[in-house]
Amino acid sequence: MTMEETSQTEWDEDGRLEVLTFDLQTEKFAVEAVLVREILDLLPETVVPGADRLVASVANFRGKIIPIADLRLAFGLPSADSTMDSRIVVVELDVDGVQTQIGIRTDKVHEVTTLHRDASETPPTVGLRWRRDYIRELVRTPQGVIVLANLARIFDPLLGGRGTTPVLAPALL
Amino acid sequence: MSETDPVAAFRVEAGEVLEQVEQGLLDLGHRLDDHDLIDAVFRGLHTLKGSGAMFGFDALASFTHHCETAFDRVRKNLTPATPQLIAVILSAQDHMRALIDGDGTERKAEGDAILAKLQAALDGAPAPTPAPAPVEQGWRLSLRLPPEAMQNGINPLTLLDELRTLGDCRVVARTEQVPLLGDLVPTHCMIGWDVELRGAVARADIEDVFIFVMDDMDLQIEQIGPALCDDAHDAAAAPAPFASPSPSASASASLSAPIDDPRPANAQEPAAAPTGRGAPKTGESVRVPAERLDLLMDRVGELVIVQSRLSQLAHSSAADVALHSISEEIERLASELRDTVMVLRMVPVATLFGRFRRLVHDIARDTGKTIELSTDGETTEVDKTVIERLADPLIHLIRNACDHGVEHPEQRLAAGKPVAGHVRLSARQEGGEVVITIRDDGHGIDRDRVRAKAESHGLIQPAQVVSDQELLQMIFHPGFSTAPQITSLSGRGVGMDVVKRTIESLRGTIDVESVLGQGSTVSLRIPLTLAIIDGLLIRVGDGRYVIPLGVVEECIELSLEEDLRSRGRSFITLRDRLVPFVRLREMFVTGTKPSVHQKIVIIATGTERVGLVVDQIIGSHQTVIKPMSPVHCNVPTFAGATILGDGGVALILDVVQLVALGQHQEERLRAVA
Repeated sequence: MTMEETSQTEWDEDGRLEVLTFDLQTEKFAVEAVLVREILDLLPETVVPGADRLVASVANFRGKIIPIADLRLAFGLPSADSTMDSRIVVVELDVDGVQTQIGIRTDKVHEVTTLHRDASETPPTVGLRWRRDYIRELVRTPQGVIVLANLARIFDPLLGGRGTTPVLAPALL
Repeated sequence: MSETDPVAAFRVEAGEVLEQVEQGLLDLGHRLDDHDLIDAVFRGLHTLKGSGAMFGFDALASFTHHCETAFDRVRKNLTPATPQLIAVILSAQDHMRALIDGDGTERKAEGDAILAKLQAALDGAPAPTPAPAPVEQGWRLSLRLPPEAMQNGINPLTLLDELRTLGDCRVVARTEQVPLLGDLVPTHCMIGWDVELRGAVARADIEDVFIFVMDDMDLQIEQIGPALCDDAHDAAAAPAPFASPSPSASASASLSAPIDDPRPANAQEPAAAPTGRGAPKTGESVRVPAERLDLLMDRVGELVIVQSRLSQLAHSSAADVALHSISEEIERLASELRDTVMVLRMVPVATLFGRFRRLVHDIARDTGKTIELSTDGETTEVDKTVIERLADPLIHLIRNACDHGVEHPEQRLAAGKPVAGHVRLSARQEGGEVVITIRDDGHGIDRDRVRAKAESHGLIQPAQVVSDQELLQMIFHPGFSTAPQITSLSGRGVGMDVVKRTIESLRGTIDVESVLGQGSTVSLRIPLTLAIIDGLLIRVGDGRYVIPLGVVEECIELSLEEDLRSRGRSFITLRDRLVPFVRLREMFVTGTKPSVHQKIVIIATGTERVGLVVDQIIGSHQTVIKPMSPVHCNVPTFAGATILGDGGVALILDVVQLVALGQHQEERLRAVA
């Protein structure tokens, strides 16, 4: 996974992209629909001591141990208790040819929808409180702005290091 | 996964055939006149050529063709098998392997060089004095194919036609085994044949017709009558009373001299056996891609987990007797299924040991030493993932034994040892472990040199007293090599630490024994399987964890007073020995209060011990090991995770890491003191 690949948004030839939209706190996020494997109710989680806080726990997903990620931490959003609407979105990322499943804790899952390139813009260099490389696109919709998250970039530092510093300092020892 | 790529299948099969041919060649090196071996090698080459051409590996087919031709001459006693010839064909093997693995187009020059050498080896060999081979004027054959032969694509009529090309045939079908129409399976061949073959035909030519079915079929060849012709050399005149034989038959007959075939007339003995393990009979085994087995294992693991939930449910709802009995039934089935699947994953270590003969052969050639490799316990079975991961460390240890251990012939003679060095590789099962030992009769490990080296590396202090075992374990430190000179094979000081790490990652241990002047023995003890272990389930704070039961020495109480007293030092005295301990609750930052009845679980690897303070010991647990996700690869404390009966997840502690941590803590405290 090179930087070029991870930062390219894969619009189809008509400039459209199917995504799944969900809420983290009050913000509306999206991930590419092709990455989504399943949407689950919250699972019983097991804390992994010493792990990066972004992926602080694991859960049993059909006999596989998958990490549960809290993207709120990556986007500097305050964490909150889970609600009736909380769901886990299981995504599958390609890590050096190996399919790796990660569960993302969301506050509410909306729908699979189509984003249009014409309505999208790359994140501005100033005035953004989030790490710019965590965002592929900002897309205007009638319901407000949707943030298309760059999952590969967010999890990249955890997957073998590659010289980048971890997103958050691990709570070790 | 369900689609099978024929080319990939060919590569796998060709690889195996090559391996068999290689084994045959290496055996042949010791027994140059073993005809069964020669036949086996020839058949292997022939198969490679045929299937190579079928799958479009034309370069391979044409290259192999030359080797096959050369070996055909050996087989027909036209050229003796010589060590040179075998060496050339062995190098040709490597070329074939490259052709199989690659696209095989631009390697022509390389192949031609080998073929030139092959020609030289053939030319250099003295022509056998009397061209041997029997002369027979007629044969009586009795043959019966296995019933499923036709399903395997063998056409009996083609075989009979081929016989007819050798000479005049009278074929009588034997139908006594043909069942009644109702029982008749149309695809089964139930007919046998008696054939009377007249003509100056060599026995080998008849056997050639059946070369691919001989192992499974019933074939009897008897000579009939005295020679009908006086002179077999005069091929053209030979088949006087009969129709003229095909040119090929007369050609091969003309090359044969009237020497009786020394082999018994009964050709039922399969000629394949000498490849060592022999070719598996058709219908006895099924080739299954490894990942399907892994998938099956995963499913069984899930089943075991669900089953334990079911049995919990059945036990709690005391009401339903029927549910209870079904749950017990499923429990039995699930555990049997698990055992069966575990056995499926077991493969004999022979598959591993086979590779090393070539390795030793090459090392011996490169170093100018004479080294014999002997193996035993090849039938010992180990989980296939363990086998795969053992290959590299074993290669390293064997290289070490050959390169550093075994001396040069002159040194061996001077030391009063036989010229040939001996490396022995053996495997045996002991309880839930497999023990693999590599023993050489070389000069052993020089402890003084190890000590000097360890001191210069600062691993031990000049006056420090270390046990013999501890000293020998020094060779596993990174960058540690006592070899005075670096060779292409070993001595760079990388490797032994990698060996140790690999073995430890397999939850195994490594021991070294060595007697100076007499040789060294390295023993690897490795658990039979990586998929399921017996574990000790513990609780720390709110989390549950599994400690591999194999490393648990004992569990002792940590009273509240003792806990308070040991606050500052984290040591307990256990039978006059200080054992450092780690409070897992602090290490995992649980933020919970210690339980009133804390326990210390003493774990040990080798001679190092460390105590783990836990809140509760829940009990033993059959642990199906699941890997941690790659995003947790930088969390060293855990070796994996498992799913508990209630569907929750327990993390499996990495013992090696914890012991290292305990040792580190001990050193730090010593430094402070």
